[in-house]
Amino acid sequence: MSSPIQNKPASHTKAAINVSLSVEKKRGLYRDLCRIRRFEQISLKYYNAGKMGGFLHLYIGQEAVAVGCVSLMGENDHIITAYRDHGHALAVGMDMNACMAELFGKRTGCSKGKGGSMHYFAPDKNYWGGHGIVAGQTPLGTGLAFGLKYKGLKGAAMCFLGDGAVNQGSFHESLNLAALFGLPIVFIIENNGYSMGTSQKRSSAYPGCLAERAVGYGMAWKQLNGEDLYEVRAGVHDALERARNENKPTLLEITTYRYQGHSVADANKFKYRTKEEVERYEREHDPIHIFKTHLLKEGVLDEAGVATIDQAAIAEAEASAQFAGQSAYPEPAEIFDDVYWEVDQKTEAGQTGRHFFND
Amino acid sequence: MRRLSYRHALREAFDEELARDPMVMLMGEEVAQYNGAYKVTEGLWAKWGDKRVMDTPISEAGFIGMGVGASMLGVRPVMELMFWSFYTVAWDQIINNAGMVRYMSGGLINCPIVIRGPANSGTNVGATHSHTPENVIAQFPGMKCVVPATAYDAKGLMKAAIRDNDPVMFMENTLLYGEEWDVPDNSELPDGELVIPLGVADIKREGSDITLVCHGRAVHTCLKAAEILQSEHGISAEVVDLRSIRPLDEETIFNSVRKTHRLICVDENKPFGSIGSQIAAMVQQHCFDELDAPVLRVNSLDAPAFYSPPLEKIQNPTPEVVVARALEIC
Repeated sequence: MSSPIQNKPASHTKAAINVSLSVEKKRGLYRDLCRIRRFEQISLKYYNAGKMGGFLHLYIGQEAVAVGCVSLMGENDHIITAYRDHGHALAVGMDMNACMAELFGKRTGCSKGKGGSMHYFAPDKNYWGGHGIVAGQTPLGTGLAFGLKYKGLKGAAMCFLGDGAVNQGSFHESLNLAALFGLPIVFIIENNGYSMGTSQKRSSAYPGCLAERAVGYGMAWKQLNGEDLYEVRAGVHDALERARNENKPTLLEITTYRYQGHSVADANKFKYRTKEEVERYEREHDPIHIFKTHLLKEGVLDEAGVATIDQAAIAEAEASAQFAGQSAYPEPAEIFDDVYWEVDQKTEAGQTGRHFFND
Repeated sequence: MRRLSYRHALREAFDEELARDPMVMLMGEEVAQYNGAYKVTEGLWAKWGDKRVMDTPISEAGFIGMGVGASMLGVRPVMELMFWSFYTVAWDQIINNAGMVRYMSGGLINCPIVIRGPANSGTNVGATHSHTPENVIAQFPGMKCVVPATAYDAKGLMKAAIRDNDPVMFMENTLLYGEEWDVPDNSELPDGELVIPLGVADIKREGSDITLVCHGRAVHTCLKAAEILQSEHGISAEVVDLRSIRPLDEETIFNSVRKTHRLICVDENKPFGSIGSQIAAMVQQHCFDELDAPVLRVNSLDAPAFYSPPLEKIQNPTPEVVVARALEIC
């Protein structure tokens, strides 16, 4: 495939939203990028060692999208995403131990071992998942925006989806509702070029790019380069402000690339694309390398500082795997917790009539 | 006592709950300016305005999912499916999102929503508009399901459903909307309002020889059958209206069977995996020694809903069929 990355002048580095970043905040963003990368690499190691079940959809290569977007969140901003959800989770500040333990299926996991890789949630951090069905989260994201508007809160929802989700009906229904009702939402297509093993050109009909489909709904849209965290922040900030101030939705397409397969079970990751293509992205378009280059140039970090942050990320991720390994599995009795709110809270409603139908 | 139609009783429930809690709002196709395709929400938009009573486009997956998402932030949407049959196009939002998000988040999230609308056949609208999915919904732990048979039950159960903090699937009936029952005015009630807890069955007719367990419109089929059994055959049938499918009041069923020793489960589901199938399994296990005859089921005949009016009429359970089956075991 042709490169989805558009080389643009680096004006976004001078965008006010980026210029206003403190040195500490910039270092923090670099730390977030490294923590996600290392978490993913180490989770892959333990997956391959047989410590986890099911799927593992890794975010490696896409880190600047989640970190850039989440760094813009205010008190009343909310996010929701699909199944490639670890990066967003760590970016909003979810505990790495709890994230890793969830992969291990342990009771110390963020969902007590009930959700797994695809189903991370942290409502206290305005993070609403973590959803396994392609585009199934897009109506929910629309609902978060609806809820904000209904409650009279000034904020926005960011609803992430992959390029493979743009052909689902629920996504189009969400676009229509968001535009029709004037909802404060930013739909963010993280376009990594492949819906599992099918390239964009083989899966989607579109005019110039996927985001341009917004025209059909009278919605603002923009394509951004996701390899540069500064560009992500500049572009998404504008869309968030439109949402917060004008109750208007935006459809953003952020081009990015995943180095790993669709999931670790993707046996064809070098068949639908070449190894050379993957290596070229790693070499020339790596979001962590690009942000590091910015920070070195700005004098925010030196090589030693970069290495220190990365080493700490490796150590934290390894420690999270140790934590997960040492944690206990859930007890069988926990199977019936967290099904019904009323039952869990032991309310009168929760104790009236039979709720479970085991013999 | 005053008489109130089933639709009017529902409307009163909405009106009272809209007044009680500012987070409660109604949405759906034609519920606002059109006053509801079946006039259940008539007048509520005029009274409560655009914010609380909202029209949606024909976009069930979109607006149901939107309501589920809003409920995670504390809004309490009551969403109308113009026909419950349209659940199929919103299935992922209803089951995977509303039904599973609490579990998959380890209890961090709950969805206080109601999805409501008519779920019945018998109106000659063909198979696509004639589904009775209470058995399908009840299959999913995390979901609650309610099927009221009278105006009284419709009002009381709706108020409980709206206050419930779990997703409640509320199934009404176009053939009952215009029927009237006694419904007390709030001033006549000790608590000042009518709220019926989910998970409590109601014995609609007492009897001693056979139990008819049913819900929804089948309750009225059974009541007619019970009259015939009494007047023409001297058989005393007890009619147990489940009202709530999940949670389920098993004790009322078991107690009735312990009294009558015979059971027919009557509902408008197709036979395979019907509500009656579940009841039959529970009763044979827990009341085996009490039974003097096999448990029978009367369901809708096992084919998609027939359009032709005379044929559809016999496809659903009729009093005559219930009587005939009862005579087999009495």
